[in-house]
Amino acid sequence: MELNSKVPDGPLDKKWTSHKGKIKLVNPANKRKYKVIVVGTGLAGASAAATLSELGYQVKAFCFQDSPRRAHSIAAQGGINAAKNYQNDGDSVYRLFYDTIKGGDFRAREANVHRLAEVSLNIIDQCVAQGVPFAREYGGTLSNRSFGGAQVSRTFYARGQTGQQLLLGAYAALEKEIARGGVKMYPFTEMLDVVLVDGRARGIVTRNLRTGKIESHVADAVLLCTGGYSTVFYLSTNAKGCNVTATWRAYKRGAGFANPCFTQIHPTCIPVTGEHQSKLTLMSESLRNDGRIWVPKNKGDKRSPSDIPEGERDYYLERKYPSFGNLSPRDIASRAAKEVCDEGRGVGSSGLGVYLDFSDAIKRLGRSAIEARYGNLFDIYKQITGENPYESPMRIFPAPHYTMGGLWVDYNLMTTIPGLYALGEANFSDHGANRLGASALMQGLADGYFVIPYTIGDFLADHKPDGISETHKSFLDTEREVKERLSKLVSLRGNRSIDSFHRELGRLMWDNCGMSRSKAGLTETINKIPELRERFYKEACVPGSGEDLNQTLERAGRVADFLEFAEVMCRDALDREESCGGHFRSEYQTEEGEAKRNDDDYCYASVWGKSEDGSPKLFKEKLNFENVKLQTRSYK
Amino acid sequence: MNLTLLVWRQETPTSEGSFKEYKVNDVSPDSSFLEMLDLLNEELEVKGEAPIAFEHDCREGICGSCSMVVNGKPHGPNKLATTCQLHMRSFKDGDTIVIEPWRAKAFPVIKDLVVDRSAFDKIIQAGGFISVNTGAAVDANSILIDKESADSAFDAATCIGCGACVAACPNGSAMLFTAAKVSHLGLLAQGQPERYSRVINMVKEMDAQMFGGCTNHGECQEACPKGISIKFISRLNRDYLKGRLLQIVQGSGMKAQ
Ligand SMILES: Cc1cc2nc3c(=O)[nH]c(=O)nc-3n(C[C@H](O)[C@H](O)[C@H](O)COP(=O)(O)OP(=O)(O)OC[C@H]3O[C@@H](n4cnc5c(N)ncnc54)[C@H](O)[C@@H]3O)c2cc1C
Ligand code: FES
Repeated sequence: MELNSKVPDGPLDKKWTSHKGKIKLVNPANKRKYKVIVVGTGLAGASAAATLSELGYQVKAFCFQDSPRRAHSIAAQGGINAAKNYQNDGDSVYRLFYDTIKGGDFRAREANVHRLAEVSLNIIDQCVAQGVPFAREYGGTLSNRSFGGAQVSRTFYARGQTGQQLLLGAYAALEKEIARGGVKMYPFTEMLDVVLVDGRARGIVTRNLRTGKIESHVADAVLLCTGGYSTVFYLSTNAKGCNVTATWRAYKRGAGFANPCFTQIHPTCIPVTGEHQSKLTLMSESLRNDGRIWVPKNKGDKRSPSDIPEGERDYYLERKYPSFGNLSPRDIASRAAKEVCDEGRGVGSSGLGVYLDFSDAIKRLGRSAIEARYGNLFDIYKQITGENPYESPMRIFPAPHYTMGGLWVDYNLMTTIPGLYALGEANFSDHGANRLGASALMQGLADGYFVIPYTIGDFLADHKPDGISETHKSFLDTEREVKERLSKLVSLRGNRSIDSFHRELGRLMWDNCGMSRSKAGLTETINKIPELRERFYKEACVPGSGEDLNQTLERAGRVADFLEFAEVMCRDALDREESCGGHFRSEYQTEEGEAKRNDDDYCYASVWGKSEDGSPKLFKEKLNFENVKLQTRSYK
Repeated sequence: MNLTLLVWRQETPTSEGSFKEYKVNDVSPDSSFLEMLDLLNEELEVKGEAPIAFEHDCREGICGSCSMVVNGKPHGPNKLATTCQLHMRSFKDGDTIVIEPWRAKAFPVIKDLVVDRSAFDKIIQAGGFISVNTGAAVDANSILIDKESADSAFDAATCIGCGACVAACPNGSAMLFTAAKVSHLGLLAQGQPERYSRVINMVKEMDAQMFGGCTNHGECQEACPKGISIKFISRLNRDYLKGRLLQIVQGSGMKAQ
């Protein structure tokens, strides 16, 4: 597999401008002759589909929900970063770039990250113009707040519903283009395969989730904007429908999958209450602006939090990382929480929890100020736990949240399959081994509004429309394969539910490929997964047929793909004999228990490709740091 | 907890539906309403029976997917909460719970509790946006917006498009949904150029999609999980009137102010 990152020459801060000036364009009159397929209409997909349509391309867009407005992006709470420096606190494009590279533990590509920081400025302008109601000051200007891993205030927000407001902005732009006729929207439709003609992506095969109809769609380029795969752990903060199917199918057709083991465990989620639990709820990182995290100093201290005097509390983040304190990056905060719980100092009935305490902030600022900042989050907490966080501290625990890994893409966001692109959480491009808070929304919109509209022209200009249609042999073959897979699933008549397999896989992955990983655990898991897969095809049950709305069948397909993908994830974690960002190998830690990175041997992106015999094979993209010095990440 | 459920089952959009009774046992009061349905569905699945189809995704009250009438109320008994935010501690051991889909002319049933809400997207397509192409924006702080308007716009923009307002309305009207979008954009400086054409076009589409008229029952506001106020409906009505007047005065070319 050839991994040419196509990073343009020249100084870092000129690369994107000069690239835009040099790449090929499709002239306006010709754009309408090209068809582009956009799979997924979250932030990345909706912004890409709308913008490409505005430029004149014929766009077909797909999502599995009943409307693009319901994509998982809608759930993002805290905010979106941009290097606007409206607060005059020393922010700059370079600083956002640097924070992101450092936050990612030096495992991302410099040029991509710098471009992200550059276009962050345009994103905020665009969103405001669309009517996104960001928080404002009394003077009418935009407000900002701080997020983990940064010492400036660069996060724009719309109460605790930033993702919702940004998505509704992109959704409105998309609906505007649908109304104009530039985009044809296919909701309730799941992509089940990519179609290649002569090695190039030429379309997709889909299933209409209402009617079960299998259809092919042809295009000149295909964009996968299908989000992340945290639900491989079953319990995560992601929406229930999130899945790996689209990107995994692309892998099976030859696309490289980069850094699958780089997953983010978010430190502030509501702890698990019992077996019935179907998902976990995030409490936004923004809460760490005013909440203080602590556990009792003594093991097994079961007193109620208000009975534990100051002197017997351990504000462990403030103690261990005084310069970032409660705003330490996510990987570090999560691991620290695990550590204190492993020591037996965790709180709540399961002992798997730490306190996030607002009493100081309420004393300092008053209850109404806290309510204005976080009211809806406090309400969510109360609804779920039945406890009132204004009166007693919240209990939180880490949970799977985001996947930095994804399809490998070059500087133009193209995967290793020509004509197949990946945007948003579905690609691996910008966050290295750990993503900073409020940077996923930024990246999704950067990719969709401001990167792909330029870079796609470079490819299309060289690949003129050629009249290939859905009756081409490759389409018919792929359709047949999709139908065979479906009929295999729909004939499963065992005695175990699909969810029970998903839970079993999730448990296995959480224990062995979650917050802490080891050679022994990973090796064992790699052996167990094929066996679990086998049992799935023997024991799982899918009632009904494939000819109408069958939600069990939808889940079965996704779980079947997870059962394959999980193995590659573990292989990747096993290969990387270092600890970096969200990837913590228990064998590689310092004496104080901090991650020990190994730049001599592992300063690369791992890219997994399918080899001839079907087994995953590792390729490497060496990462070159020309502008920042590789350092041990310290937040002390 | 042990419960009895009466659930609306309907195989296809055209088939006749009916209530079916189910018993669910050993439900944890800490589990959510949807987790209780998951439990039942898993039992049905392993028996080879068709599970109850219902929509859900985020399970935290923001995507607007979940849509059921629980004991006669859209999203169930709790105020300011979606079905997925409803927890079983709101019910008592031994309760009988009646579960139905949204019922409205504009939202035909697809299967069981799943209804077709594409009419909402159509209303947005008619004008629920600001016509600004990517790249055409000025610096975000170059237009100041007073905090009060920004906050009020947010209050309207918080709509999750679930359709509870329509399901609660005796007329099956989408007035609260439409008014929320009209107000969100109409309260902001950026939304002014299309303010009056937007309201006229969206209301027209609302009628075309078979939503009923608004006769001020106020049930929509009661049912709205996001607490969107009916004051936005009055705002829509004012803008609509002004828009119509402008139409008459200026012919079809409607301009702001
Ligand atoms: C609870 C929560 C809070 C968060 N808060 C923040 C925050 O404050 N700031 C921040 O920057 N980030 C945040 N994130 C992360 C961020 O929300 C996501 O990374 C981002 O929204 C992903 O956007 P996306 O467009 O890549 O994918 P998504 O929004 O996940 O969209 C995926 C799309 O793909 C479609 N799709 C998937 N598979 C298929 C298929 N096979 N066929 C057809 N369609 C398919 C779906 O229908 C959907 O339209 C948060 C995440 C969570 C879980
Ligand atoms: S499932 Fe998203 S609002 Fe209920």
